[in-house]
Amino acid sequence: MSVELVKNAVGRMVPTEINGKPAVPFQGVGNYQPEGRIHAPKIVSCADYPQDGNKQVESLKAALIKAGLSDGMTISTHHHFRNGDLIAVQIFKIAQELGVKDLIWFPSAAFPCQEEIIEQLENGTIHHIEGSLNGPLGEFASQGKMCGTGVLRSHGGRYQAVQDGEVEIDIAVIASPTADSFGNANGVDGPSACGLLGFALVDSEYADKVIVVTDNLIPFPCIPWQIQGNHVDYVVEVEQIGLPERIVSGTTKITKSPDRLHIAELTARFCEEAELVRDGFSFQAGAGGTSLSIGNFFGEIMRRKGIKARFARGGSNKYLVEMLEEGLIEYLLDGQTFDLDGVRSLRENPHHVNTSPFTSYNYHGKGNFAGLVDIVILGATEVDLDFNANVVTHSDGKLLHGIGGWQNCLFGKNVILPVPLFRNRIPVICDEVTTICGPGELIDIIVTERGIAINPRRTDLIEKMKNSNLPIRTIRELKEEAEHICGIPAKPEFSEKIISAVKWVDGTVLDIVRQIKE
Amino acid sequence: MSKKVTAGNRGKSAGSDCFVELELTDTGGIQLDLKSKVKSLFGAQIETLCLEVLHYFEIKNARFSIEDSGALDHVIAARVEAAIRKLIETDKEFLLDILPQNQTVTARDKKRRSRLYLPGNAPKLSLNAGVFGADGIILDLEDSVATDKKFEAAILVRNTLRATDFYGAERMVRINQGEKGLVDLDFVVPHFVNLILVPKCENAEQLQAINLKIKQLQTDNNSSNPIHLMPILESARGVLNALEIASAENVVALAIGLEDYTADLGVQRTEEGTESFFARCTLVNAATAAGIQAIDSVFSDVSDMEQLRKNVLKSKALGFDGMGCIHPRQIKVIHENYAPNDAEIVTAMKIVNAFHIASEKGLGVVSLGSKMIDPPVVKRAQTTIDMAINVGMIDQDWRDDYVG
Repeated sequence: MSVELVKNAVGRMVPTEINGKPAVPFQGVGNYQPEGRIHAPKIVSCADYPQDGNKQVESLKAALIKAGLSDGMTISTHHHFRNGDLIAVQIFKIAQELGVKDLIWFPSAAFPCQEEIIEQLENGTIHHIEGSLNGPLGEFASQGKMCGTGVLRSHGGRYQAVQDGEVEIDIAVIASPTADSFGNANGVDGPSACGLLGFALVDSEYADKVIVVTDNLIPFPCIPWQIQGNHVDYVVEVEQIGLPERIVSGTTKITKSPDRLHIAELTARFCEEAELVRDGFSFQAGAGGTSLSIGNFFGEIMRRKGIKARFARGGSNKYLVEMLEEGLIEYLLDGQTFDLDGVRSLRENPHHVNTSPFTSYNYHGKGNFAGLVDIVILGATEVDLDFNANVVTHSDGKLLHGIGGWQNCLFGKNVILPVPLFRNRIPVICDEVTTICGPGELIDIIVTERGIAINPRRTDLIEKMKNSNLPIRTIRELKEEAEHICGIPAKPEFSEKIISAVKWVDGTVLDIVRQIKE
Repeated sequence: MSKKVTAGNRGKSAGSDCFVELELTDTGGIQLDLKSKVKSLFGAQIETLCLEVLHYFEIKNARFSIEDSGALDHVIAARVEAAIRKLIETDKEFLLDILPQNQTVTARDKKRRSRLYLPGNAPKLSLNAGVFGADGIILDLEDSVATDKKFEAAILVRNTLRATDFYGAERMVRINQGEKGLVDLDFVVPHFVNLILVPKCENAEQLQAINLKIKQLQTDNNSSNPIHLMPILESARGVLNALEIASAENVVALAIGLEDYTADLGVQRTEEGTESFFARCTLVNAATAAGIQAIDSVFSDVSDMEQLRKNVLKSKALGFDGMGCIHPRQIKVIHENYAPNDAEIVTAMKIVNAFHIASEKGLGVVSLGSKMIDPPVVKRAQTTIDMAINVGMIDQDWRDDYVG
């Protein structure tokens, strides 16, 4: 099968058709604006549902059969349980048992705990995955073993894809730490508490059939109802939906690595000197060791200067919660909850707010708050001379990570990538990234242990930092130093086969990932 | 059949290192087996380098395997060379180019507030060591290197001195005690080491032997770059001989090692340090008398910055100029707290400003009010200002808006 390739707005050759459906090449940031109306869910009538509100069925298998599980369907799950999910694997085992073929799995992200799904990918139960392909699933896809083409989307892009009707979810299975038999559900209570359930919101709103699976069934009403039972078809009670110790780590840890701490400190100093950290500012920092440590340094600056942040965007964790409770942050807008302190705070503190990809990231909203964040800290596997960055593949071409909220966060006011200059001898700053996941025009500052590069488009920041004692360098200088230390790596060799497409937040195709030549 | 030898490290914690196994054979050429995390990107370069080293030592037939965890060329070359030299007697050394910036020398009275200890056989730690801004970086061949790793560590330290940019930090090596230490000099003296730390130093003769060996190596090598010595006093005898040690040729600083010193006395090392008070004061006095720097022992709790801060202030009050570090996080605290305080800075600014005014007016004599200022006082004031600038307490161009 040969598909026509065209050059998109970032110069990458991309297909005009993916998995048999037409695909639009990336046209530049903000340039693609489809018209018409948002894809709508099927009309349902409450008359079809039990008058007493009890939607409980005896098992996940029974629910899937009732939901009409059949060949070629799109099945969605969420990843709020991270590496502790026990449900996704079961769905596809049941499908295999029932002899169902060619399913499309549409998770908000996949994790190594779902490695077993490779069996269903191999035996044809699953045709392909549209969602992050990391860890073992990434490895599997990298080897070209997946039937269809993977489609990588951001969290916001997932919402957009559903609203555009690009993905029609047949059955959404929403594992819920607490639920009632009407289908109201939340993530803040129960033995498998995971905080919020925002990634499953779009699934609950748009899927034809919605199954809530819980191990903590309580009498109506389940409050808060993060997922509204009015969207739910069936409720299933099971023994266990997740492994708590893998859902929320008891302890998120600030990095002890001197190299990372150094990068974190440089980042914080940059933000202070550039006056990005000021009274009423806002920031987003992930749960990785370096990001946590940057948040911590921000805390020190705020205490020293007697200032506060209006809001912080999480991934919530112990450190952000402590800052919220100390009064350094007025609101914590949470996208996913990483530890038990986060779960407790979300449950108890009205200033710790439940958000979803709709409020934070969605392309088809009348705005979203990603653009309101002053300082955004993100990672990258590679950054090139045009400030384009990669998060999904490694320099050797292997597909190892999902996009997550990364692309969406690029719309923040000051996007900073604190990255080492090289990892395991492989330069992070390079001529051209293996896969473009974010256009350089949205990326402002690269902080490495050996220097800080400001995007030439940010003349304001360059002017502001011109007398700084910080090691401000050009991106080219950083690249040259990396190559001087590491040597110049060979380019990975790829075969013709496209294993995955990388979508931009508007649903257009930004880049593709090809199979590595063995 | 020849025996199989190994060099280097593997496993999870061995980032930026490699592990090689070498067995000489009679026939069959070089059978090279490469496993590497970065094989698709650097595999060909790694193989070429390994073969180049093997050919350089005229190894024609061997089974050679390398398990690479992202090592740089100078590390790979060191590991291959170490394995070869465990099997064959040779005077040859495989040297990659030395960085131009690693051929610099340092002044006798260079600032030595912080010196970061790095295990000599851990390439992962030395790679980025220069970015933390320590005044000196010590590649340690002594206590942090296991006995059976000493040889490969010496080769790695040699290559590191040549290839790793420490961004202006003084390049220091702590050699082993006694005879072994003299052998270590072969690996570092010809490669622009700036300073040698001499452990368990007890008398000036030990330093004479080292100076003699350095001179001989430099004569052979036709080089004359200064190589400073920093003896470490780690015993009662060493402390009692502090002045003769401090006065020996090329000694620029005297350091104290309190773990061994307290062990020698048979006492516990305490937070208050009463048990080492005599030794530290003796050292400071000997160093001052000899016109060199006094350097304090490391503070071993790397997580307790507050206690470190107190420790440094105490150390500064006793007259020490600097301290060892075992974690990069300690550097900043050490610099900030050996730095002059506000009152010291105000005085120093007055003096330096008066000096500049005098030079601008072409006056030979610097005076402040009715007091004449001697040149050493000006110099000390300038050092104070430099330190204050270095830790960001005052601006580089503070005189632009100085009103006195």
